[in-house]
Amino acid sequence: MSGRIARSLPERDRQAEQRQVEARQAELWGCLHGVMDPELDESVVDLNFVTRADVDATNHVHIEFRLPTYWCAANFSFLMADDMRRAVTALEWVEGVSVVLGEHMYADKINAGLAQGLSFQETFGVEADGDLEDLRRTFLVKAFQRRQVALLNHLTGIGHSPETITALTLAELCGLPVDDEGDGLRQRYLARRDVVAAARDEVPAFVDAAGSPLRADGFSAYVSGLRRVGVNAEFNSALCRGLLSVRFDLETPFVPKARVSA
Amino acid sequence: MYRTATGEEIFVIDGHTHFWDGSPANQKNIHGKQFIECFYAYHSNLSPPSEKWEKEKFEKYDAKTMFDDLFVSGYDDMAILQPTYLTDFYKNGFNTTERNAAMKKSHPDRFILNGAFDPRDGSKGLEDLHALAEKYKLQGVKLYTAEWRGESKGYKLSDKDSYKYLEAAQKLGIKNVHVHKGPTIIPLNRDAFDVADIDDVATSFQDLNFIVEHCGLPRLDDFCWIATQETNVYAGIAVALPFIHSRPGYFAHVMSELLFWLGPDKILYGSDYGIWTPKWLIDKFMAFEIPEDVSKETGSVLTLENKTKILGLNAARLYGIDVEAQKKKIRAGGGYAHLSEPVPA
Repeated sequence: MSGRIARSLPERDRQAEQRQVEARQAELWGCLHGVMDPELDESVVDLNFVTRADVDATNHVHIEFRLPTYWCAANFSFLMADDMRRAVTALEWVEGVSVVLGEHMYADKINAGLAQGLSFQETFGVEADGDLEDLRRTFLVKAFQRRQVALLNHLTGIGHSPETITALTLAELCGLPVDDEGDGLRQRYLARRDVVAAARDEVPAFVDAAGSPLRADGFSAYVSGLRRVGVNAEFNSALCRGLLSVRFDLETPFVPKARVSA
Repeated sequence: MYRTATGEEIFVIDGHTHFWDGSPANQKNIHGKQFIECFYAYHSNLSPPSEKWEKEKFEKYDAKTMFDDLFVSGYDDMAILQPTYLTDFYKNGFNTTERNAAMKKSHPDRFILNGAFDPRDGSKGLEDLHALAEKYKLQGVKLYTAEWRGESKGYKLSDKDSYKYLEAAQKLGIKNVHVHKGPTIIPLNRDAFDVADIDDVATSFQDLNFIVEHCGLPRLDDFCWIATQETNVYAGIAVALPFIHSRPGYFAHVMSELLFWLGPDKILYGSDYGIWTPKWLIDKFMAFEIPEDVSKETGSVLTLENKTKILGLNAARLYGIDVEAQKKKIRAGGGYAHLSEPVPA
């Protein structure tokens, strides 16, 4: 990866440099793991969208990604690229980021926009009729709802009544004894809790999309209403994974490796 | 015709079929190539391995193959041909009314031929619709609101021009408006899965039926809400149905919601041929029951009576098909010759 001639370096330095490269690769993939497909609410890494993420000698990051179909919505595609760029830029050692989308009907346009640091609106001009922030918000709320209903179902399943659940504060929810599965669901919910209302220790743990606390008397109707959000998401997720696997013939799962250019 | 183990005969109308040409010879550009490849990915991904076709067959199949798949090895009694023009991608269009008309002409008792229009085609489009409706006695149209037209990347049913066309369609005796609202192709940034415009036109055009193909997936929640409010909004389950093989639990959820919100009289079966074939879809559908843990949420049950409505009776009602008379016609034409004699009642 280095422009210098490796053999002129003492072995110790070479190994140290190698370790640093590997650490940065790992950090980079870890960072991308936190970027979600907005609609599926799953990591772009877990979904096999990211095909390359490398660091070069000047600490520039090169990311390449692809999507399940040639036709995936341009705004979602742009949003994911933008999120990846934002996430990676936050790493302190990163000097620059390039994100490139492959095999998509708008690939050239999106890639040119990304390379010039343009917004979605600037990239698509008159064809774009909405801004990405609204879209981002819509999907964050949906993610909040899905994560909430998963946690509510879990809590109901282990015997907590609607009265108990709706009375919980955030601090009490954090202290509730749950198994590993429950804790995973709780962490996912807490990560999206502030999308809809301020999340302080003493406020109700469970609020609706408008930020109003859930009530015990309308609890089951509320949960049924959220069920369909999950049904949609599952449809998308199943379809996207399936289409991607057929399109790129993923007989074996794609395992990102910390590749280093020689 | 599907016969149950106990000898009941179920009349099947396939609400969603195509006679397309996606072959390389007909492709205008890379988009045409990618479009049929995307369909093929749907087919490959959701069909059981034994039902998978070679890509060449999938790109362009002949009329006999289609007839056999639907009516001989499949259980369809009749099939509705839904056009998809895509003239920006294909030299002669992908699946036009004219191309489908050849099928209808060879087998008039088996096919229902639908037309199409695009409100962005102005007054010429209105004239074409008149000609098409008169020539083919259209009862239905298929609309694709996300289709490209030059610089435009789609339209809404609530647009002023759409109203003109819907008014014209109504005058021409077209009653059934099938609208693609499902996994979408080519959405730019408008939420092309959006089903809100259905709400608007269903209220304004009470005498028309709006069949939302693919039941608004992945916007099932919005769709159910609208279909509950509007008596003239129906769900077509093409694309949702093949999940019965790969993700039966998920399919159960979808059916359970549709039965709960719309009821069994407003759901229509469709294979989406040639993406999927009727035989395996219906075999699995007839054997399917909504599991108890799902049905306890909604109280929805997929009874034999409900299956009978979904597979044929609902479409028969929308298209004015007299099922018994139609069976006689088909039988007289030798359409049931491949079936064994019915079990005496």
